[in-house]
Amino acid sequence: MANTSFEKYKSDGSLGGNVLEWVDARFPLTASIKGHLTEYYAPKNFNFWYFFGSLALLVLVIQIVTGIFLVMHYKPDAALNANGVPVAFASVEYIMRDVPWGWVIRYMHSTGASAFFIVVYLHMFRGLMYGSYRQPRELTWLFGVGIFLCLMGEAFFGYLLPWGQMSFWGAQVIVNLFSAIPLVGEPLSIWLRGDFVIGDATLNRFFSFHVIAFPLVLLGLIAAHILALHETGSNNPDGVEIKAKKDERGIPLDGIPFHPYYTVKDIVGVVVFLMAFSAIMFFAPEGGGYFLEYNNFFPADPLKTPPHIAPVWYFTPYYSILRAMVWPIFGLDAKFWGVVAMGASVVIFAFLPWLDKSPVKSIRYRGPIYKTFLTLFVISFFILGYLGTQPPSYWGEKISQVCSLIYFGFFLLMPWYSKVDKYRPAPDRVTM
Amino acid sequence: MKKILVALLFAPLMALASSAALHLDKWPGSVADKPALQNGAKLFVNYCLNCHGASYMRYNRLTELGLTEEQVKDNLMFTAEKIGEQMRVAARTDEQKQWFGAAPPDLTVIARARASEHGSGADWLYTYLRQFYRDDKRPTGWNNVVFDNVGMPHILWQLQGQQVLNHETHKLELAVPGTLSPKEYDQAISDLVGFLVWMGEPMQEQRKQLGIIVLLFLGVLFVLAYALKKNYWKDVK
Amino acid sequence: MSNECKVDCGRRRLVVATAAVGGAGAVAALVPFVASLLPSERAKAAGAPVEVDISKLEPGQMMTVEWRGKPVWIINRNKDMLETLTKLNDQVADPKSDKKMQPDYCKNDTRSIKPEIMVAVGICTHLGCSPSSKFKKGAEEGMSGDWLGGFLCPCHGSTFDFAGRVYKAKPAPDNLEVPPHYYIAENRILIGEDKKGA
Repeated sequence: MANTSFEKYKSDGSLGGNVLEWVDARFPLTASIKGHLTEYYAPKNFNFWYFFGSLALLVLVIQIVTGIFLVMHYKPDAALNANGVPVAFASVEYIMRDVPWGWVIRYMHSTGASAFFIVVYLHMFRGLMYGSYRQPRELTWLFGVGIFLCLMGEAFFGYLLPWGQMSFWGAQVIVNLFSAIPLVGEPLSIWLRGDFVIGDATLNRFFSFHVIAFPLVLLGLIAAHILALHETGSNNPDGVEIKAKKDERGIPLDGIPFHPYYTVKDIVGVVVFLMAFSAIMFFAPEGGGYFLEYNNFFPADPLKTPPHIAPVWYFTPYYSILRAMVWPIFGLDAKFWGVVAMGASVVIFAFLPWLDKSPVKSIRYRGPIYKTFLTLFVISFFILGYLGTQPPSYWGEKISQVCSLIYFGFFLLMPWYSKVDKYRPAPDRVTM
Repeated sequence: MKKILVALLFAPLMALASSAALHLDKWPGSVADKPALQNGAKLFVNYCLNCHGASYMRYNRLTELGLTEEQVKDNLMFTAEKIGEQMRVAARTDEQKQWFGAAPPDLTVIARARASEHGSGADWLYTYLRQFYRDDKRPTGWNNVVFDNVGMPHILWQLQGQQVLNHETHKLELAVPGTLSPKEYDQAISDLVGFLVWMGEPMQEQRKQLGIIVLLFLGVLFVLAYALKKNYWKDVK
Repeated sequence: MSNECKVDCGRRRLVVATAAVGGAGAVAALVPFVASLLPSERAKAAGAPVEVDISKLEPGQMMTVEWRGKPVWIINRNKDMLETLTKLNDQVADPKSDKKMQPDYCKNDTRSIKPEIMVAVGICTHLGCSPSSKFKKGAEEGMSGDWLGGFLCPCHGSTFDFAGRVYKAKPAPDNLEVPPHYYIAENRILIGEDKKGA
């Protein structure tokens, strides 16, 4: 808890002690370690769902380290080489074949991209279930939504870099979404591409965004997310504030120091996660065509669209919502409203803290209406995700329209159903 | 109530999934079969490499198929001088573009690219290379069952012979036999496909071996980490 | 100590064991990253041994080939040139080639496999300039009168004889490097590789 002041380290006279005292007088070393680890008191009743925050941090580290090494060999160049293949595409195969152990690093990065979204989606679902976005953690939640948006951008820019068919046509479709904006759309999309088609200029700017701009913003937001969390303290599966009940030393009765208790627990989570991660990376790096799409093994060809293009799996729910909008409204065409719906489906998460009017935070004490809505929301999310991977069809369109309604209904009806829903009063103390 | 809703939502989804399927024959080979891969490599350099490059692949990597550098140099290396060079196409890509309209695709990772919901890339290639038939309406005189209006002529027709499509049964019939019997031809194609699969990811066997070691290691680490967690958490009441 | 141990011994053992195994795993995970910085297959292919045909190299002539981006000289030394070597034994720094600047099969009076054919990396052992050839005797090359022919590094004035041996009291510390090489045929040399089984 950063609001408590910690005493500076006093040397015991040893060399190490003297160095520590010297540093501590000039830098909040002891205070940081205590405030964020050894004297940061987390509720003792964290369950399985509380692994995914630290796992997201682990995947971030994996992506940054592998990314640093990939940049040493990758070349963002759309020109054709002497063998008639785009340089960027060939440089990925160069990493896979010619760079010693390059394939391990590349598969870590490509598997890591999907793992990032799996972990973050589960982390967000945890927040939904236990009301982690509620007062006083609204800012933590908002920083989190920022991280999610940033991560989507990071993934989108990164996906162009292998310069395969799906990279190219995926970017083509998404950039063209901006052309739906009335009046400025067309010049805007040309400005975004720096060309009339996705080309070398686009590849180079996406590379710059992917390796420099977005990671910097992402790191800043993550730091803010954690600082804000440590200011308020963590929520828990019961949704009760542990700071409300403290012992005579001011330590929450239901709190335990993050280190060592949650560090040793998170290590177990990390090892289990790494087992799943390795199983995919070493035995199914293509993830059944979802993590590495088959068509992306064809180099980008601006003259030939693959018969069926779908975004990578983590974007497909929003893509389905985009496709579900087929009616022109207020004289603006369906394409425009599709883009609006898609954007809204992501941004709407930011409003959750103010949409939820329930007297309790955690799903454990909520009534049947909220539980039904959350269940329907999750089912709709999966169905939208599945439909987004499929070619358009009559029934697909109808179902995605129903699911989009449920998706938005979960948020927009919340002020009503969270108020009228039955609830059990939350206990004073956490339950184990 | 919830269950009925779920069932209602998923029923049409199932109907969607079973859209018209492309029938592919299962590739019978294995990337662990080194002699077959060697034979496939020979077929590849003799028939495919004239027009298609494998430009991410270096000749010296063929030694992983159990060949010596000398054997590779003498029997397989026609388009390069040094063993470390890439398997480039004999013709120039810009000239090919003039001849064929489009340059024939590089084949290094074709077995990965051709995978789809219908089957693996190997299945697709194994079916495709066995289902060319005579079609006088095509400029090349050839067409293909799984790749309609294919731009490539049937390079291996002397081995397979000439098939025609029976428009009533929609089955292929061998009109003129080739130098290989149908069984021998299937075997040759299986070998060639095996080589393409191997070339798509030459480290695929090492990848799996390393994966087993990593998972065993993590298993040990899990036991320790779990015991450590239990030990600390016995204090938490 | 034993008192403390009753409470903590099992825990301490577990901490040490987990840290050791986890640490070993972390080190193993570093291997791909560190190894990825080694020369790639492309770099190796570019640095592969170079085959040279010397059938057209007349006695007294020199040719230069590129190997790993460095100039490699091949000099067909005539009788006069070879005779200078013994005369210079007391003027050069390492007349017997004791320092390991050549493969063992070239540690001899002529620093070569065949007495006439000298193969050397044309990079001065001082600071990496490429010396120029001064094959003629004495003042004809703008050298001092007793110059018997060899090489002069333009950068800092080191001089070498026809076997690439450096003269005494010059900036360059060592004789010119002789790269690994062998004869694959009478007139064909492969530079960059020792003879297999040799």
